Amino acid sequence: MKLRELFDAGKFVVTSEVAPPKGTDLDEMLKNAEALRSRVDAINITDQQSSVMRLGSLVASQMLKARGIEPVFQLTCRDRNRIALQSDLLSAWAAGIENVLCLTGDHVSLGDSLGAKPVFDLDSVSLLEAARSLNEGADLEGNALAGKPSFCLGAVVTPGSDPVDLQLIKMGKKVDSGAAFFQTQAVFDAESFAQFMDRAKSFGVPVVAGIILLKSAGMARFMNQNIAGVHVPQGLIDEMAATSKEDRPAKSVEIAARVVREVKSICQGVHIMPLGWERQVPAVLDEAGL
Amino acid sequence: MLVTKRKPIEEILEFVAGEKAVFLLGCDGCAAASGTGGESEILELEEQLKERGIDVVGRKVIDFLCQKALVRTGLRPYAGALARADSIVVSTCGIGIQATATVADAAVHPACDTISLGGIRGEWQGEERCVECGQCFLEFTGGICPLTACAKQLVNGPCGGAKDGRCEVEPEVRRCAWDVIYERLERQGRLDLLRRTPVKLKDHARMRPPEELRGTRRWAIDIADSEVAR
Repeated sequence: MKLRELFDAGKFVVTSEVAPPKGTDLDEMLKNAEALRSRVDAINITDQQSSVMRLGSLVASQMLKARGIEPVFQLTCRDRNRIALQSDLLSAWAAGIENVLCLTGDHVSLGDSLGAKPVFDLDSVSLLEAARSLNEGADLEGNALAGKPSFCLGAVVTPGSDPVDLQLIKMGKKVDSGAAFFQTQAVFDAESFAQFMDRAKSFGVPVVAGIILLKSAGMARFMNQNIAGVHVPQGLIDEMAATSKEDRPAKSVEIAARVVREVKSICQGVHIMPLGWERQVPAVLDEAGL
Repeated sequence: MLVTKRKPIEEILEFVAGEKAVFLLGCDGCAAASGTGGESEILELEEQLKERGIDVVGRKVIDFLCQKALVRTGLRPYAGALARADSIVVSTCGIGIQATATVADAAVHPACDTISLGGIRGEWQGEERCVECGQCFLEFTGGICPLTACAKQLVNGPCGGAKDGRCEVEPEVRRCAWDVIYERLERQGRLDLLRRTPVKLKDHARMRPPEELRGTRRWAIDIADSEVAR
């Protein structure tokens, strides 16, 4: 099932994500996916996020698909050149994967294999071009394919980035290159997100707001200092700081659900990034009325 | 210029293990400026090797080891010492080490690592870098090269990893290249350029020297003489 069909039908789309293991023990990833399956439309499978070497997102996506869970295959440009990326896209289609989220990827220097070669032969925009080209029956060089995929292509955008103009320019390029939906970096401040959406809606492409479960005040401060385009308002940090450790999961759920309710009317879906708190996701959706 | 850093003496000793006598070669160009290949650094290396029982049969610091003609004439008076040496330990950049190895046709050990400056060659120039990509992007980026200024060499805009305008890779020393490009084009009232620019695809095939260059005198001087080209 393509996410585009849900957007076209006017559904408010809910997605979440799981991370493949560092190793071959798939139990936890599959358990997390099972905990989410009845509550979300699709589950993203991250591609060696933060440049940490892990089991691949392609096979993990295929495994979810085999269990009847709709995967969103995340694909980054950090580790593969255009030959490997296009090849993986063809393989993904053969494996029954229909949704792909195209990203540039973190730099190698953020991860656990510091001596690896950062590839970046393509970037998020040219990866979308490549995927669209495959959809149209040819590779990036224009060589014809025997059989072609029909992916629903997604991309990401960071509403809190400064200057946001530059984000919007790149967003426009991604739309021109075939992005059928956008997933955003974590949103905490509905007001500034609304300002972003005022400008982004002219593209006419569905936007899914990223929602991160805040685990503690410390985590919020860490993200404010270290994660690009993420701004947790001081009010939310104070709220978390005033909560005892055992009450934090409930507070976290309350805050996430509040943000979802606040953004629900101005975007076309939410993507929940549980970061280990997968068990709390159903409660967030319950409280948000989804 | 090319910046070099001296390898640890332990590593150099591993290279010369089993040898009795070596010839030391330095470079009075970039390596001297880097504090790795000038007269005093070669003397210091000589002391270090002698302390560990390696005989140094001769030493020379030549202007610009990157130029094979200068290496050839510079080494000519030392034929006797070179004949007695098991190898040449060269304290300069990768270009100078390769040039020496070609000219001397002998065992050559590198005493330095060449530090990447992002594409700069053996010329003395400013902070601008060029990787000779063969498809200059500068027209579209306000004269700031995205291949050398951006850690991910992104040609279609920023990655989203920059924090407060600093690059995620080395925030303490590097601004986000696309932030700088944006700032310059905004100042010049040329931001529309970014919106108009079609999607760019890097063509690595253009990093290979073109056919027409291969017949020129410059090519003959620079490349055709090398063993790899033959």
